[in-house]
Amino acid sequence: MANEATLHKDTPLWGGGRQPLGVSYGKQMMWFFLLSDALSFSGFLTAMGLYRFKYEETWPVAENVFTHFPFIHGDAPLLFVALMTFILILSSVTMVMAVNAGHHMNRKGVILWLGLTIVGGFFFLGSQAWEWYHFITGDKGAVKMEDSTVLYFSDMEGKIVTLHELVDGTPGVHGEHYYFTTEQVREAFAANESVTLRNPGKTKETYSRKEALSMMSTAEVVQGANMHENEYGNVLFADFFFFVTGFHGTHVFSGVILNIIIFINVIMGTYDKRGHYEMIEKVGLYWHFVDLVWVFVFTFFYLV
Amino acid sequence: MSDHSKLPSEHHESPEGTWWIWKVFIILLVVTTVEVALGIIKPEPLMVQVLGTSVLNIIFIVLTLFKAFYIVAEFMHLKYERSNFIWTITLPMLILIPYLTFIVLTEGGYMNVFE
Repeated sequence: MANEATLHKDTPLWGGGRQPLGVSYGKQMMWFFLLSDALSFSGFLTAMGLYRFKYEETWPVAENVFTHFPFIHGDAPLLFVALMTFILILSSVTMVMAVNAGHHMNRKGVILWLGLTIVGGFFFLGSQAWEWYHFITGDKGAVKMEDSTVLYFSDMEGKIVTLHELVDGTPGVHGEHYYFTTEQVREAFAANESVTLRNPGKTKETYSRKEALSMMSTAEVVQGANMHENEYGNVLFADFFFFVTGFHGTHVFSGVILNIIIFINVIMGTYDKRGHYEMIEKVGLYWHFVDLVWVFVFTFFYLV
Repeated sequence: MSDHSKLPSEHHESPEGTWWIWKVFIILLVVTTVEVALGIIKPEPLMVQVLGTSVLNIIFIVLTLFKAFYIVAEFMHLKYERSNFIWTITLPMLILIPYLTFIVLTEGGYMNVFE
């Protein structure tokens, strides 16, 4: 028995000489997790692609949806999301710098770069909250038909007319939100001969004034977006927006939490005692993955 | 111990220093700027329809894959791992993601996707 116990104790966990994959267990498992997570995200994005093809006429065009930028009046499509992308790429860079400092057992370097990564993560989360706020509050306003198709007001050429422009004749004060009743909008529409309805999709198909007038008799005002209603077009767009960017945002949030935990460990000297900073690499992999997913979300929600 | 030296190193390191990090950063920044500029301008010649979408969209997807390559290869360090490990991670994605896209778009035919 004694011999057996000794034998068991002395048998190395890995007895095969060269490791086939050449990475530590923790890093390997992080990669496998990221692999499965990548498949989840591609599932979501592919599903969105499917519905986007199906509802092409009513699927909103991103440049009509995400038009706000802090302190800029009027439409500034893509700029804010470009800034968010920039923040996330920059926080990825600071993360690589932290991993690099960890390789050299440079604790002060890790504290600096990991700290900046956490700050970048919070900036991104704040930007996403801002983006969601504007998406939910709404922008130009629209009307919902009986079959719950959403249509924009536009001039005869298809240029969008906001509810405020329709009812009041002016663009309204920047940063203020106005709410209009269905009666107000119907009345203003009946009085304004140069306004008609158009599809929110990229075809920009407009309806004749006569058709639009009869459709307006049963239409209702939609302002803002939620899980049931979406002033920008097809309600599925809002659902996918909340779900995919929300799922990504959850990843960013848990990434920030992980970063904070290892940041505390670095300050307490945990990894100096352990003799290596591989934990920074593992959490770094997760953080870069979050950046990687955003690159795809950016393309398929905002560009394509 | 003599044949041990012939084994490949377990630590495939990135280049020395930090210049390569900033190089990748500049590449990602430039590509993103180009994407945003194209997205705002939407040049008319690129709106030609090819393969069921516009040339511009295909350019966006190619640039996205280009950025993804740099993030995975350099930032996530995959380029410097053993080739065994590289294939373990990339092969499932290279097979499953195109397969998923293909199957959803094809089977979506019953929803009149290709009417």
